[in-house]
Amino acid sequence: MENTLFFPALSSALAHKVLRGPYLKVLIPWAIPLLLILIWQWLVQSEVISTRVLPAPISVVQAGIQLARTGELFHHIKVSALRALTGFAIGGLIGFILGLLNGTFSISERLLDTSVQMLRNIPHLAMIPLVILWFGIGEEAKLFLVSIGVLFPIYINTFHGIRTVEPGLLEMGKIYGLKPVELFWQIVLPSALPSILIGVRYALGIMWLTLIVAETIANDAGIGYMAMNAREFLQTDVVVFSILMYALLGKIADAIARWLETKLLQWHPSYQEG
Amino acid sequence: MSRGVDLSVVEVSKSFGSKQVLQDLNLEIKPGEFVAIVGRSGCGKSTLLRLVSGLDRPTQGGILVDGEPIKQLNPAVRMMFQDARLLFWKRVLQNVGLGLRGNWKPRARQALDQVGLVDRADDWIAILSGGQRQRVALARALVSKPRLLLLDEPLGALDALTRIEMQRLIETIWQEQQFTTLLITHDVEEAVTLGDRVVLLEAGQIALDLAVPLPRPRHRGDPAFAALVEQILHRILSRDTIQSQSSPSESVLVYSN
Repeated sequence: MENTLFFPALSSALAHKVLRGPYLKVLIPWAIPLLLILIWQWLVQSEVISTRVLPAPISVVQAGIQLARTGELFHHIKVSALRALTGFAIGGLIGFILGLLNGTFSISERLLDTSVQMLRNIPHLAMIPLVILWFGIGEEAKLFLVSIGVLFPIYINTFHGIRTVEPGLLEMGKIYGLKPVELFWQIVLPSALPSILIGVRYALGIMWLTLIVAETIANDAGIGYMAMNAREFLQTDVVVFSILMYALLGKIADAIARWLETKLLQWHPSYQEG
Repeated sequence: MSRGVDLSVVEVSKSFGSKQVLQDLNLEIKPGEFVAIVGRSGCGKSTLLRLVSGLDRPTQGGILVDGEPIKQLNPAVRMMFQDARLLFWKRVLQNVGLGLRGNWKPRARQALDQVGLVDRADDWIAILSGGQRQRVALARALVSKPRLLLLDEPLGALDALTRIEMQRLIETIWQEQQFTTLLITHDVEEAVTLGDRVVLLEAGQIALDLAVPLPRPRHRGDPAFAALVEQILHRILSRDTIQSQSSPSESVLVYSN
């Protein structure tokens, strides 16, 4: 009886103390992934799972170290990242400009929006055979696919952001003597920014997804090439490592987008501390 | 000479489509005068203010500022809205300095000082209270030394205490700077507290134009004050009863407003 009374009190006091520690707050989200990796390692080591199906986590790490040592890894990452960013820049810029135009001028919206909406509904990955016919299997095909994938989320969110600028604010701006260009820079764009940044984050996800698929098209460099090559030689450890690389790069891109949001949207009530 | 503009509204009519909002309206406002316009929603008072600001054009008639007809937005006119319409992505000081050119920061700071918020200059709008936001909006309106201040129910959304505080603030600054002021309000007490004249607008026309001869600052407890408020309220409400008697369908319209 005394024990049951004593232990909850102790454990809650302990939990209270530990949970308040600065390190644990950071570590807690990683507890489950860590546990899964341990289980995975154990399953492979005890040969419940064949290494043909899934390599042990340790051999994946070893494969990574090996690839890093030869410098191969960084070359492939560089190629993939460059593809991703170039495609993102091209598609993002086009989407942004289209969104600005169609959000601002109703003539342009009349003219273009229906076409853009129709194109948007084609899954861009379904165009791969056609894209290969158009551009061959070189860089252009990959950049084209990434650009197309990135374009629409940015377009839609920019358009929506600009359309939902409060008319009252524009009216106020006019009364307070702002010229059209100033209205755009001081009212329209900042007010559309939260929406645009949502588009950016969404587009970053699509960017990696498209790149992964696009890099499985015949290739001579990039993370996708690394994975496809390893598959031919049944190097499951390298294949899994490549997948992890995609995950890591995706996470980094998302972190950058988040950082941009907190930086650019300091004024926003949801980013206000305290 | 007074700093305020001389404003005349001459035979102004305004209609949106088939709906006539203002009808042959005439109104003379002397430089530096504080005129409060009361009336129920939909009586055309906001429309009148938009015409005076130059945001909209009258369908007929004209509005003269210092004898000149309004053709476009006038830089001597500033407006305050019920929703403060501040830019959340600018800090308080930048909001006050909106649209100013040249070395604007000292001027914006001075305007903030007038409304007692100079210590909040570097804050974001999101962390201010409703009353503070309206004070920032007031500073923004004052910083360019307007000669005509249009107040479109700027205190309507504030709680009673903040409201009284803001009324006093507006009155004090108006007395110092002597700009012509046009205040739209639902609140008859507010109109009598602040106005040199109270104008009642009904169905697009002036139904009552009453001077308020009470000395400032005015006190709600004063019997003469209460009598004036009562007189105006009575006038507004009596029209309703006449309407509801004459035509039931119209009375529905009145109460739904």
